[in-house]
Amino acid sequence: MKKLLFALATTAAVIGFSAGAYAADKAKVCFVYVGSKTDGGWTQAHDIGRLELEKALGDKIETQFLENVPEGPDAERAIERLARSGCGLIYTTSFGFMDPTVKIAAKFPDVKFEHATGYKTAPNLATYNSRFYEGRYIQGQIAAKISQKGVAGYIASFPIPEVVMGINAFVTGARSINPDFKIKVVWANTWFDPGKEADAAKALIDQGVDVLTQHTDTTAPMQVAAERGIKAFGQASDMIKAGPETQLTAIVDTWGAYYIKRTQAFIDGKWETTSSWDGLKDGILTMAPYTNMPDDVKAMAQETQKKIGSGELKPFTGPLKKQDGSEWLAAGASSDDGTLLGMNFYVEGVDDKLPQ
Amino acid sequence: MGIFEAILLTVITAATPLVLAAIGELVTERSGVLNLGVEGMMVMGAACAFIATQVTGSPYIGILAGIAAGALFSLLFGFLTLTLVANQVATGLALTILGLGLSSMIGESYLRQSGIKLPQIVFPVLSDIPFLGAVLFKQDLIFYLSIALVAGVNWFLFKSRAGLKLRSVGDSHASAHALGINVIRTRYLAVMFGGACAGLAGAQLSLVYTPQWAENMSAGRGWIALALVVFASWRPWRIVAGGYLFGAVSISQLYAQAFGIGIPSQFLSALPYLATIIVLILISHNRRTTLINTPASLGKSFVPDR
Repeated sequence: MKKLLFALATTAAVIGFSAGAYAADKAKVCFVYVGSKTDGGWTQAHDIGRLELEKALGDKIETQFLENVPEGPDAERAIERLARSGCGLIYTTSFGFMDPTVKIAAKFPDVKFEHATGYKTAPNLATYNSRFYEGRYIQGQIAAKISQKGVAGYIASFPIPEVVMGINAFVTGARSINPDFKIKVVWANTWFDPGKEADAAKALIDQGVDVLTQHTDTTAPMQVAAERGIKAFGQASDMIKAGPETQLTAIVDTWGAYYIKRTQAFIDGKWETTSSWDGLKDGILTMAPYTNMPDDVKAMAQETQKKIGSGELKPFTGPLKKQDGSEWLAAGASSDDGTLLGMNFYVEGVDDKLPQ
Repeated sequence: MGIFEAILLTVITAATPLVLAAIGELVTERSGVLNLGVEGMMVMGAACAFIATQVTGSPYIGILAGIAAGALFSLLFGFLTLTLVANQVATGLALTILGLGLSSMIGESYLRQSGIKLPQIVFPVLSDIPFLGAVLFKQDLIFYLSIALVAGVNWFLFKSRAGLKLRSVGDSHASAHALGINVIRTRYLAVMFGGACAGLAGAQLSLVYTPQWAENMSAGRGWIALALVVFASWRPWRIVAGGYLFGAVSISQLYAQAFGIGIPSQFLSALPYLATIIVLILISHNRRTTLINTPASLGKSFVPDR
């Protein structure tokens, strides 16, 4: 029933949108959002990128977006409508839009597509992603310094490589400081449900974690952490307003630079398919100010950030063991990107069984 | 505080909005009207309660605003389906879509503000009872209201004359009309009661559950409330049982995960629904009692013929 509603709402949005007039001489750049553009997290970060793009290239392009597009068959319809209505370049900004985007890209060879966080490309379909895990590694180190009990809580969304990679980076960072550090994981099986995310936070805090991090999109866990007097990390956007005395830092997605670069290439006729995966050094993600922590921890975090940014430190560098104790990376070896993008195992220190 | 107590507290917070929205919808359906707009009324209640609280600084005014928003919004449904005799299913769906959109619009400038949590009301002496005291007598006003409402509705429907009339309208509007009962007025009142309860449930979301405003923050709870009414076979106390069962299973699975019991989380997430289906099968094996409780005129429009 809910699905049906979303379908109706999406269809209504698309019809309203395609009926609108658009200038033929300007290139049309379109965005598909999984959430609302004011969600305070993931989608808002993309929309800020879109606004930066408009500011930079506003005289040559116009942008359109569809928000609250559910993943699955509805997404396919939404993307197809955009392609039909004259969009030249379409950014689809959620992992779950991968197969729909691939399908529609095959149908519209003249339209260029860019899919965020996926791994399937085509001549007219590029992928782009951010090395969020670099930020999670820093968070792990901070958590290990801050936590009295040596246990952090992790609210996860869905067991996809992106999320598993984040969990592993967090643990690896934490264990670089405290080799006995552990994390407890709760899968909320949603990206956006304030109530459920708050429940997950309570479940973790009630079982003794004293630092909380999340890979879901609302500020509800931050709020619960503030209420219970523990520290937490924000996700996708700076969440300091939800926990002025709670947030340690947050991974902030900054997509604008990428959107400007790629859209410029599109206008110049130089767009080619790529699999772009940038990190701290390219400015595609930044860390919110380090707050609510002692100065020495702050200095350590800044140092690590600098090292990762310069390429001196790679978060996934051996010796690292998998959860079952078998060796993953030998001393000094670093993981290749392919393994990370398909990550389906935990490293040592995760107190959870990975849903398969 | 023990872990079991902690779980119970989380369950109560999660179950209260379900119970509230469902008890309101139960009264609406008992009068023969199917309002699928619960989700929309709930989210409108959440937005208005939050805004009123931020503006006035008082969560109690927020509660009133949530109730008023839900009731007024349901009046729109009432006007369309009762006065203009529009299709109830389609109108209810439209109400949900409208509510989600409208609440996003009016709430936009209130996003990411930290709200004011509704304070607890502590009953002296009673709250000192070991275990249950802290769970049952150290709660906020909306929780107490939810239980009082269920008791009140139960008394109203089965012990009062007005309740008997309301049920007769829901079972056979033609007969009720012939007896001189004002069918349309009764249904208007029942629809507004449903709206007010859904609005109160929304207020619980934005003032107690997660004191903030986020778009679509009801996240499907209105639909669960609708299902609860059927689950409860239109009996008030079964709503409490169903709501708390659903809440208990969905919360315990989160605790189980944090405990690390190693059962796939997808299965655990599906548990509340599985549990609901099993109970539904168990209680519906007796077709006769089910039929007696189902309002016979449910979803049917009424046009007075004279």
